[in-house]
Amino acid sequence: MSLELKNVSKRVAGITHVKETSLTLETGHFNVLLGETGSGKTSLIKLMAGLDSLASGQIVLNGRDVSSLSAQKRNISLVHQFFVNYPHMSVFDNIASPLKVAGVAKSEIEGRVDEAAGLMKLKPFLNRKPHELSGGQQQRTALARAIVKESDAVFLDEPLANLDYKLREELRDQLPELFAGRGAVVVYATSEPEEALLLGGKTALMTDGKVVQFGPTADIYRKPRDLDAAKVFSNPPINVAQVTKQGERVVLNEKTSWTLPGDAASLADGRYTLAIRPHHVLPVETPDHSVRLSGHVLVTELSGSESSAHFEMNGQPWVSLSAGVHPYQVGEVHTFHLDPNHCFFFAPDGTLAA
Amino acid sequence: MKKLNQRAWLFVTPVLLLVAFNALIPMMTVVNYSVQETFGDNLFFWQGIDWFEQVLTSERFHKALGRQFLFTFLILIIEVPLGVAIALAMPRQGFWVPFCLVTMALPMLIPWNVVGAMWNIFTLPDIGLLGYFMNHTLGISYDMTQNPLAAWVTIVIMDVWHWTSLVVLLAYAGLVSIPNAYYQAAEIDGASNWAVFRYIQLPKMKTVLTIAILLRFMDSFNIYTEPFVLTGGGPGNSTTLLSIDLVKIALGQFDLGPAAAMSLIYFAITLLASWLFYTLMTMNDNKS
Repeated sequence: MSLELKNVSKRVAGITHVKETSLTLETGHFNVLLGETGSGKTSLIKLMAGLDSLASGQIVLNGRDVSSLSAQKRNISLVHQFFVNYPHMSVFDNIASPLKVAGVAKSEIEGRVDEAAGLMKLKPFLNRKPHELSGGQQQRTALARAIVKESDAVFLDEPLANLDYKLREELRDQLPELFAGRGAVVVYATSEPEEALLLGGKTALMTDGKVVQFGPTADIYRKPRDLDAAKVFSNPPINVAQVTKQGERVVLNEKTSWTLPGDAASLADGRYTLAIRPHHVLPVETPDHSVRLSGHVLVTELSGSESSAHFEMNGQPWVSLSAGVHPYQVGEVHTFHLDPNHCFFFAPDGTLAA
Repeated sequence: MKKLNQRAWLFVTPVLLLVAFNALIPMMTVVNYSVQETFGDNLFFWQGIDWFEQVLTSERFHKALGRQFLFTFLILIIEVPLGVAIALAMPRQGFWVPFCLVTMALPMLIPWNVVGAMWNIFTLPDIGLLGYFMNHTLGISYDMTQNPLAAWVTIVIMDVWHWTSLVVLLAYAGLVSIPNAYYQAAEIDGASNWAVFRYIQLPKMKTVLTIAILLRFMDSFNIYTEPFVLTGGGPGNSTTLLSIDLVKIALGQFDLGPAAAMSLIYFAITLLASWLFYTLMTMNDNKS
């Protein structure tokens, strides 16, 4: 099964929400749409789901052109960021609602609802109303509605964004097995790079209403096509600096330069944009982290098992993210250590050079 | 033992005073009148519950109460569904939204006695726009000063014109607060328009509709100014609603005792009915 987008675009009142996009999404793995808020993920999902009409292009679901079909005729499911359930139907009736509309026999409905409720651990709550459930249970009900329908495509639009940390992790671990073997094309929109990495499969990076890169998640993480793609796929934001390559060395400023390792050594001399993820800039020296950067610590954050420090060197902001707890003092000059093996170099036109 | 903080009185006293002057003291005056016979020169004679008995057994009161319930029933049965229907038909976004909202709010901004006067002139058979049109153009005999049915139709339509907007605005507020996601979910399920109304819009509007029904009940049950200006309770007593009758007794006949007793009974009925309405409408929420 597959869902193909051919030069799909969307304009509303003269504003382009989705620029011409072509994608082939397949079943068997999660297809993650990764991008910031406002990057067009939801707009794209609405086009695929048939909730919005196309300005141009074609959408083909399992070989059938569905471009002009309404949402209801496409046989799809959608789970929102908000917990959307019919407010005064019981959990059972909520899960059964798409089957009832489709005219499925009563005995079959009971069996299928029972199975979906079992998977989503909702069996004890089948007689309750949505407002008598916790947020996690409400979203499970919405997910059960999506599962029970046996649709050709399932769209999950930031389904975990409104859940608390623990529930989010629990449900995120459960999601891939939930949809495994169902044959549906699963599209999962998120703004968190972590979720894309954890859910695996393929990832489409989105900025400004267009897909900047699409492919297996790990490949995209290791080889962002351009600076935009690298920026989307980093949290905290990726460090960016202008550097000059001269012979075997790369020069960041008068004091900081290093010898280029591996492939990067073969780059032509000239100006490049360097990008390095914060967790490759550490507060301690290791054999790999050999390039020294000294700067004033501006802000520090401690998030349980990780410490991050924002520092400034020659007027340029940097971020370091490291495991463990580091006692930074705001205002002090601290030396950080950059790993030259994990630098991306982008040519002046923005494309990845090495 | 925990020490009591007497300073709390400082914060509560202004409210207590306000409520006392605003509600308790006037109310107690009425209670005072209701159990005594009052003469000039502030002469009072104890009457016990005589006035209450008199009011409760009087045919005049029963009739006025009957008319009052009929009026309120008609108002609710017309204004609530009509208000919801108009709210559903209104645009949810775009240029026409403020236009519709202002148009809807206009009747409510007009003072009650002006509404009565407007409709009075509007329906006069010889010079009123509607009255003239009905009698002289269509040839249908329509004179609310002569015909009780015409009087009833006119006060009901007048109230519908004046107050349906309140239901519309509240229902509309309930409608626009429903996230689009719900409509999208229904669209994907393939739910019909009726199903969307029954299972999404109506449940989501329930709270505001409860308030709308309560407000319309209380206002229509206590209505005075508009029908008084329009028909003065006539022709005959056909549109003499409870409040109009009450004023006739209190200020027309100056029977302070019976009027006070009637006020208290009137108040008790309004309170009881409001409580019943509210309890019935919110019963499902508390059941589980």
